[in-house]
Amino acid sequence: MRILLVEDDAEVARFVRKGLQEAGHTVEHATNGRDGLFLAASEQFDMLVLDRMLPGGVDGVRLVETLRSQGNRTPVLFLSALSAVDERVKGLKAGGDDYLTKPFAFAELLARVEALGRRPSVDAPATKLRVADLELDLLSRTVTRAGKRIDVQPREFRLLEHLMRHAGQVVTRTMLLEKVWDYHFDPQTNVIDVHVSRLRQKLDKGFDRPLIHTVRNAGYMIRAEP
Amino acid sequence: MSDPSLPAGRLPLPRRLGGGGKPAGLSGAPSLALGPPRLLKSAGFRFATLFAAMFAIAAIALVAVLWWATAGALDRQTDAAVRADAIALAERWREAGTSGLAEAIEERLAVDVENESIYLLMDAEGTRRIAGNLDGWPRGQTDGVPWFRTRVIHDGLAVDARLHRLELPGLRLLVGRDETERSELRRLLTEGVVWASGAVLVFALMGAWLIRHALQARMGPVFATTAAIAGGDLASRVTLSGRGDEFDRLAQTLNAMLDRIASLMEGVRGVSDAIAHDLRTPIARARAKLEDALATSADGESLRAVVEQGIADLDGISRIFQALLRIAEAEAGARRAAFAPFDLAPVLADAAEIYEATAEARGQRMLTDLPERLDLVGDRDLLLQAVANLLDNAIKFTPPGGTVQLAARRTPEGIEVTVADNGPGLAPEDRAHAGERFFRADKARATPGSGLGLSLVRAVAHLHGGEVLLEDAAPARPQPGLRAVVRLPRA
Repeated sequence: MRILLVEDDAEVARFVRKGLQEAGHTVEHATNGRDGLFLAASEQFDMLVLDRMLPGGVDGVRLVETLRSQGNRTPVLFLSALSAVDERVKGLKAGGDDYLTKPFAFAELLARVEALGRRPSVDAPATKLRVADLELDLLSRTVTRAGKRIDVQPREFRLLEHLMRHAGQVVTRTMLLEKVWDYHFDPQTNVIDVHVSRLRQKLDKGFDRPLIHTVRNAGYMIRAEP
Repeated sequence: MSDPSLPAGRLPLPRRLGGGGKPAGLSGAPSLALGPPRLLKSAGFRFATLFAAMFAIAAIALVAVLWWATAGALDRQTDAAVRADAIALAERWREAGTSGLAEAIEERLAVDVENESIYLLMDAEGTRRIAGNLDGWPRGQTDGVPWFRTRVIHDGLAVDARLHRLELPGLRLLVGRDETERSELRRLLTEGVVWASGAVLVFALMGAWLIRHALQARMGPVFATTAAIAGGDLASRVTLSGRGDEFDRLAQTLNAMLDRIASLMEGVRGVSDAIAHDLRTPIARARAKLEDALATSADGESLRAVVEQGIADLDGISRIFQALLRIAEAEAGARRAAFAPFDLAPVLADAAEIYEATAEARGQRMLTDLPERLDLVGDRDLLLQAVANLLDNAIKFTPPGGTVQLAARRTPEGIEVTVADNGPGLAPEDRAHAGERFFRADKARATPGSGLGLSLVRAVAHLHGGEVLLEDAAPARPQPGLRAVVRLPRA
């Protein structure tokens, strides 16, 4: 993906840029809002990673508002030291697609960037999701593995659906909490891990090949190959 | 506004401040001009003037009533007697003619021992005196006016008389009373009123002066305190007079406000202390580990492990920081802007569901008792966070095989959310401290946690106008368990 990073802190920018490049992305970097807006408006990017507070008169929110008013629909991920809920709401209202509070783990940033950049296409809504021999039917809301029906709770179904929609991508614990449960809070303990391991037990019971993999220091990934 | 005798920029001592004057000098400028306000601007002066005016008006009204009731009554009595006398004489004239009338007059004069009555009967031209005790018709009073007051020569003395003139065909009758004594009385009364008025004025001015000074005296402590606080002495409080009056109530309110500010300041200081201690400690630990690894780690693998641990430590620190910010936001009421109506019941069900798996993994049972709907105006994420903290606590401190219960119900006052467990509970002496930032009961020190969980619950409850109660879930048992009740009032 071609990603535009607008971040005024040189150290954070270097770290993010290096990480994204190592993950196989091309990164352009602007250090202030004005340059960022100019680049975003004049060139084609797959993804914008913006600091919420930027020098140069144009802050992250203004930048996105301007882009959106010009019909530019490039996905935007906000990075911000402002963590208050209304700040995040403000960012999303302005046209941001996701919001990540500083300090963050790079794995979290990468997972969110990839999730945003490869969003499922809207034109042909799939009715079935498949990963290897695991099949999730969105209409009948059933899960089968190698033709064998697996009973899951409604929440487990949504958890699995989210993982399968992002098959091959890392999904972090906070992303699951936000997308599957729709809450922004600090659960204090590894509550999500318990839910995932429960689901994993149901899916992998009686099969040698595990499908849900734990990605160290990041989160989870569902994929066919081990 | 400011006292010109004071050097510019110096804070005048608030010892003799103008009572109630608007502290116009307070706005903005660091140099507070709290000198006595100019007389006309002084509220004390205005109150005093008002008092004097009221006092004077009351006195005038009193004198008027007194006058009307004494001197006025005497006048009216005289007039009534004269009128009755005149009517009786006219009647007599109709019955017995002029001679009868003259006789009647003589009779009346004969029995008038006080020698007060005045009669004069003359012919229509006023040339011939027929009867009476006046020598001649009073000068200047010949025509028109039926009632008048004049000086006449009566009994050889010039006296004031109240006279009534009656026209009869071919005759003129004058009936009256000697008013010498009444005039004397009136004069005495007038004198009394004048003296009394002077006294009233003196008393009014004295009262005004007293009011002004009383006001100043009562406002003095308030001024002294506020000036002291503005000057940086935050411990200063207004001294109460003990009378329990409006000024004491004002002072009490002011003191309550100052206490509240002090407790907020205390909270801020507490956070600073807590940050200093509970953030510095893990930072120091992480730093020490990294430094040690840099100096001693021989191979990349062990260095890597230490760096990973360092990152985990930093994440922990950042979570504490986040929790502190959330508490601060909730306590400052800043998040009330994010309040929206929502149904708490599914949020609680979600919380139970999120933590149920964890409870189960630890061999505990999670029971819920939730109503269909719990409509509420508030902050959904914060309330979930609060309930999550309570559930997390309950699960953490309940041994395997225990039960964690999440219940909610509607009460006449609002909504009550209860999280109860059958763990070891909280000692009463710890219960008072639970909710203070970073407080951790000694027993809990071995368990992971920041000690911020309950403070956040408390802050969230307060933000919603509610409260948190901690009690034994089963008081009689050796493992009393802990019940946390969050009471949220009706919006």
